[in-house]
Amino acid sequence: MEPRIGVFVCHCGTNIAGVVDVRRVAEAAAAWPDVVYATEYKFMCSDPGQGMVKDAIVKHNLTRVVVAACSPRMHEPTFRKACAMAGLNPYLFEMANIREHCSWVHEDKEAATLKAIDIVRTSVAKARLLEPLQARVVSVTPKVLVVGGGVAGIQAALDIANAGTKVVLVERSQSIGGHMAQLDKTFPTLDCSACILTPKMVQVAQHPNIDLMTWSEVESVEGFVGNFKVKIRRKARYVDEATCTSCGVCLEKCPKKVPSEFDEGMMTRKSIFRSFPQAVPGKPVIDKESCTYFKNGKCKICEIFCEPKAIRWDDEDRVVEESVGAIIVATGMGLIDPHGLGQWGYGRFPNVLTGLEFERLNNATGPTGGRITCKDGSTPKSVAILHCVGSRDRNHKEYCSRVCCMYALKFAHLIKEKTHATVYNFYIDMRCFGKGYEEFYNRLLHEGVKFIRGKAAYVTNQALTDEETGHLVVSAESTTLGQVLRVPVDMVILASAVAPQKDAEAVARLFGMGRSPDGFFMEKHPKLEPFSTATDGVYLAGSCQSPKDIPDTVAHGAAAASTAMSLISRGTVEVEAAVAEVLTDSCSGCKICQDVCPYGALSFHADTRVAEINGSVCKGCGTCVATCPSGAIVGRHFNDRQILAQIDAAFLW
Amino acid sequence: MSHEFEPRIVVLCCNWCTYAGADLAGTSRMKYAPNVRLVRVMCSGRVDPSFVLRAFQDGADGVLIAGCHPGDCHYINGNLKTLRRYPALETLIAQFGIEPDRMRLEWISAAEGDVFVHVVNEMTEQVRALGPLDWKRRTAMTVPAAESHTAG
Ligand code: FES
Repeated sequence: MEPRIGVFVCHCGTNIAGVVDVRRVAEAAAAWPDVVYATEYKFMCSDPGQGMVKDAIVKHNLTRVVVAACSPRMHEPTFRKACAMAGLNPYLFEMANIREHCSWVHEDKEAATLKAIDIVRTSVAKARLLEPLQARVVSVTPKVLVVGGGVAGIQAALDIANAGTKVVLVERSQSIGGHMAQLDKTFPTLDCSACILTPKMVQVAQHPNIDLMTWSEVESVEGFVGNFKVKIRRKARYVDEATCTSCGVCLEKCPKKVPSEFDEGMMTRKSIFRSFPQAVPGKPVIDKESCTYFKNGKCKICEIFCEPKAIRWDDEDRVVEESVGAIIVATGMGLIDPHGLGQWGYGRFPNVLTGLEFERLNNATGPTGGRITCKDGSTPKSVAILHCVGSRDRNHKEYCSRVCCMYALKFAHLIKEKTHATVYNFYIDMRCFGKGYEEFYNRLLHEGVKFIRGKAAYVTNQALTDEETGHLVVSAESTTLGQVLRVPVDMVILASAVAPQKDAEAVARLFGMGRSPDGFFMEKHPKLEPFSTATDGVYLAGSCQSPKDIPDTVAHGAAAASTAMSLISRGTVEVEAAVAEVLTDSCSGCKICQDVCPYGALSFHADTRVAEINGSVCKGCGTCVATCPSGAIVGRHFNDRQILAQIDAAFLW
Repeated sequence: MSHEFEPRIVVLCCNWCTYAGADLAGTSRMKYAPNVRLVRVMCSGRVDPSFVLRAFQDGADGVLIAGCHPGDCHYINGNLKTLRRYPALETLIAQFGIEPDRMRLEWISAAEGDVFVHVVNEMTEQVRALGPLDWKRRTAMTVPAAESHTAG
């Protein structure tokens, strides 16, 4: 039977119709073989638009549908569903992208219209040869993997666990808490960061539905939405968690000191350590890299003093396997390396600090017990806070780091409160966009903090006047005064840029995610799905997607959790029907396909001596199809005939 | 300028990176030469050499194969298979007398709308400079051989 094709051309308001002559496109389509119905409409994706498709399927007995509108990545599911509702197999639908690939990228109306006609012809050519397929329904493993134990991961894990679903929370450092645990106060409310975070951390540890794995890393991910298999490396702790009582004696007795990551290297920790006093879990681990016993076979002091006998020198890394239905990546952010920002004096002048270093300096558990002091122990009389160090700067990071303006205000307040020093903020623009943020800024203006509108050019210790002698000097052009200023201060705090984690590239690959040009993980849709990725079943939470402050991070974590939960509660998911199939009669049994399949979906059948495909492992990439020298593998929905027909129709040759 | 030769370029691209990159160029309202027509496959690994020959045979003046950057393929490493196949394809088109500049292999990610625009514009000019391929006339003798390649 000849196919009966219906073509529907969308105006998308003026998005398409403003450039492409949609009527002409529909008229052209109406004249092609097998096209029995062609029309245009303002918004095909709207209810009436979808209704038109459904009605036409019935009225004109359509066996194929082509909608010429936006990208199939946007609305293919919408129209597939509409077709199905009218009784047409959804795989008999084809989309022609005349918006993203045509009207939005061309100005010449004639050229755009001709191109749109070509695009629709290409889709019709494929539609003609489409075959009905049945989507396979598989069950969803009711468990979620959350990667990263910062506040985003904590929120996501708790939300899912509270919904009654099991969670595996993997954190690579010794404790959960992330960057938020390092902060002293939070803006604009000046809540104590630890006071609001630690109860949540404890909830995680005690939750019956959460399996917390710190000091662990995800090693490999296999499978697909609803059915992932994850290998997690649980690094040797050398401390038996069941026996250890968290008494902390070992932490005192261990003679080996190393810089503490948690304190930004401003304090030391021991080789046997927990990241910070309120760490969760509270049981320490031995860091093998620095431990004296592991270096030269002598010491074991921790063991000598450990009363419950919890030290296990023969502990080994273990790789555990977990089956999960969904994955939430919440691996957080890093900071730009300030050593590359030499003009602002970091690494050259001891009293130039990063924002995170200042957080630790100001914290009661930090190196000075919370006193704000210069390196020589004196109290600073003046402090400069330099905004946008590495952010909004083409030489470093083009984006705004989103948190610096506000934490700069918070610092200014805390410095004033504790030291009465004069505080200068060197800023480009003040970006105080959140709830209560502008109000906080106004409050600071009244507290007498000095705001200089101009980005600091450099920090030097070369005095030009007596007044500058013995001080750091910040040079900046004040754009309000139109004048270059030199401001002598005792301490400089760099609001250095938020950056993707150093291993973001490897993590993106591990979970099959993309990255945006800024290096952060790429969301499925920047507006509507900022918590999903292009890989079904893999979601994003927190600042691994873009720089975020705490409220946004928490909201993002909760959003990722609810998206994962809707998959888990549904219980089943449709998986790709467009997979490969072996034509046994044509197969010569050469086994070449086995080598190219990235999933090992192809095997050689010993009895029939031909290739065999495991349909639930195949993901439909089509590499074997292109490789098979006998043409014995068909790529469903993207078969050779369909693709060649598209090429033939691509231009009016 | 209206009589200037307008090259016809077929783009064989993967769904996950390059097609999405072209979508991004659209959502960002970047502008590029209207000389390309995209044929979407799920992975660049699906690009059968016969597709390229068929495009040239149909009358294309250039063919662009594009996919995810190595390591970023949605199907782990389909693009590496393309990369391995590509030199053979280069030799093949050279044997047909097709200038090497008429075919390109590019890695364009979903975030690289600007790269897509750049590649399309550059390739359009590159092929424009070469003039029409006019395959049918040039390879009148070898067409039957080419047809056997596209039998799959
Ligand atoms: S999916 Fe893009 S090259 Fe494989």
